[in-house]
Amino acid sequence: MNPEAPVITVNHIRKAFGSKVVLEDISLEVRKAETFGLLGPSGSGKTTLVRLLTGIDEADSGEVHVLGVKVPKLSLLSQIGYMAQSDALYSELSAKENLEFFASLYGLKKEQRNRRIKEVMEIVGLEEHLRKRVDQYSGGMKRRLSLAIALLHEPPLLILDEPTVGIDPVLRMSIWKELKALNERGTTIVLTTHVMDEAEKCDRLGMIREGRLLAEDTPANLLQSTGSSSIEEAFLYYGGVRS
Amino acid sequence: MRIRALTLRILRQFIHDKRTMALMFAAPLLVLSLMSLVFGSDAYKPNIGVSGQAAVLSEALAKHDAQVVKYNSEEDGALALKNGEIDALISIDGGAPKIILEGSNPAANRAVMLALEQASGDQRISGQAQAQGNQAQSQASPQPQISYLYGSADMKTIDRFGPIMIGVFVFFFVFLIAGVSFLRERTTGTLERLLATPLKRWEIVIGYVCGFGIFTVFQALLISWFSIQVLGIMMAGSFGYVLLITLLLSMTALTLGTLLSAFAGNELQMIQFIPLVIVPQIFLSGLFPMDTLPLWLQRIGYATPLYYGAQAMMNVMIRGKGWNSIENDVYVLITFSLLFMILNVLALRKHRKM
Repeated sequence: MNPEAPVITVNHIRKAFGSKVVLEDISLEVRKAETFGLLGPSGSGKTTLVRLLTGIDEADSGEVHVLGVKVPKLSLLSQIGYMAQSDALYSELSAKENLEFFASLYGLKKEQRNRRIKEVMEIVGLEEHLRKRVDQYSGGMKRRLSLAIALLHEPPLLILDEPTVGIDPVLRMSIWKELKALNERGTTIVLTTHVMDEAEKCDRLGMIREGRLLAEDTPANLLQSTGSSSIEEAFLYYGGVRS
Repeated sequence: MRIRALTLRILRQFIHDKRTMALMFAAPLLVLSLMSLVFGSDAYKPNIGVSGQAAVLSEALAKHDAQVVKYNSEEDGALALKNGEIDALISIDGGAPKIILEGSNPAANRAVMLALEQASGDQRISGQAQAQGNQAQSQASPQPQISYLYGSADMKTIDRFGPIMIGVFVFFFVFLIAGVSFLRERTTGTLERLLATPLKRWEIVIGYVCGFGIFTVFQALLISWFSIQVLGIMMAGSFGYVLLITLLLSMTALTLGTLLSAFAGNELQMIQFIPLVIVPQIFLSGLFPMDTLPLWLQRIGYATPLYYGAQAMMNVMIRGKGWNSIENDVYVLITFSLLFMILNVLALRKHRKM
């Protein structure tokens, strides 16, 4: 694969559930080793869009290519670290048992598995709670454990749906630091957020509202071209509400 | 590798969830024990076959609520008895009436003896016909010889119901627990998470079958052992066959439960399948005499897994029969399981196409 080629290409996709159109004519590109943020309010279609990127769902029309492969493709899923919006954890099991389970699904061998479990739990700051059962975890801890699971198999592409919800600001900062470090090592990250100030940390942003992509650019360019002082203002500008 | 991971995870969830494990193991034992205590007898109209000279009895028997079938030879009658078409065969052998009871249903045994007693009172053939058949003395005629094809005179109602109820409880609890666990996989979002891994849809289904399968082996062992050794339910056949049938019934229940959970939105809706899926199967399993039911209802019985499980269990535990008599039931149960598994793989397409 050409190193300059985009990791994700989305071409005019449309998705409807029944008669409700959730995504309409969305096209975008995600470049290698960048953090691409999908910014929009809840219900805007962010989650549907990231599910289309993984191939769990299929678009009604249009095409998605990920890492040079047309989605959906089962083998592609081992290249993606996915973190769903809901904490998909087995609450009766300990954090370690959850991690072991998902590590095995991705085919990690025992030694590598133990090493990675230790590494990812350090990243999310949960190494002390490894043996605790997940039903004793707080909401923020579960969120971090979900993130740890997405990082386990060192995928070249991370797709994170609202990764920092419910995480305290100190930890959120350290997670962002880690995401940036992953970028430097060549990992591409797509994440969704509805927090405007968090969006500024992304390399590039896609603003999405009511199933349509309003704008796609770096945060700085979005601010400049709309003459706004904050991302929120820029969002309002593209959303058709001018102050 | 992945199937192993899934299997291990399910086992671990079980071990952490003591209450569910208790439900799976202890609840069937409790209910079976209760049943063995409370079941009395019930009225039943026997089918009695008569052959040769014994035909003279038919009118008198018919008067006392028996369905009488005439056979030309004793061999024809014996065959009908073996096939379960009649409950008893009466023939007259050198002056003494000979009665062979099918024997697997104590209620039928009693009904036959009662009808016979009343009929012979009318006919003045015999005084009392007792189950043991050696005490009866009469002035006029030689005493009847009574023998049992299966079972014995001291067979109790629980001996008849036991084999079916083992099947029913195993089916019920495995259906519910497997269905709810699979449902929760969906409602907690872990199914979506699983489908975001390279796990194939059939691997999920097989993983569930293996993970639960290990528990159902232990469940089958415990329930069968408890019923036979502790409750003393009649057991004429091989323990191995009982285990095999119990296990296959569990598999059918497991695969059906996980399949139907796709059509339930929450745990309560899973419970709602009990009157729809479980209760009719119990009624049509052979627990109650099927011959009195309308034909269309009997046919529905043939489409339920529990019917085959119950037939096979009765053949092994009461009639002491071997592989030949349960072979077909075993194949039918395996077919049901495989069918449900395939349907389940297809049902998962709803969540991920590939």
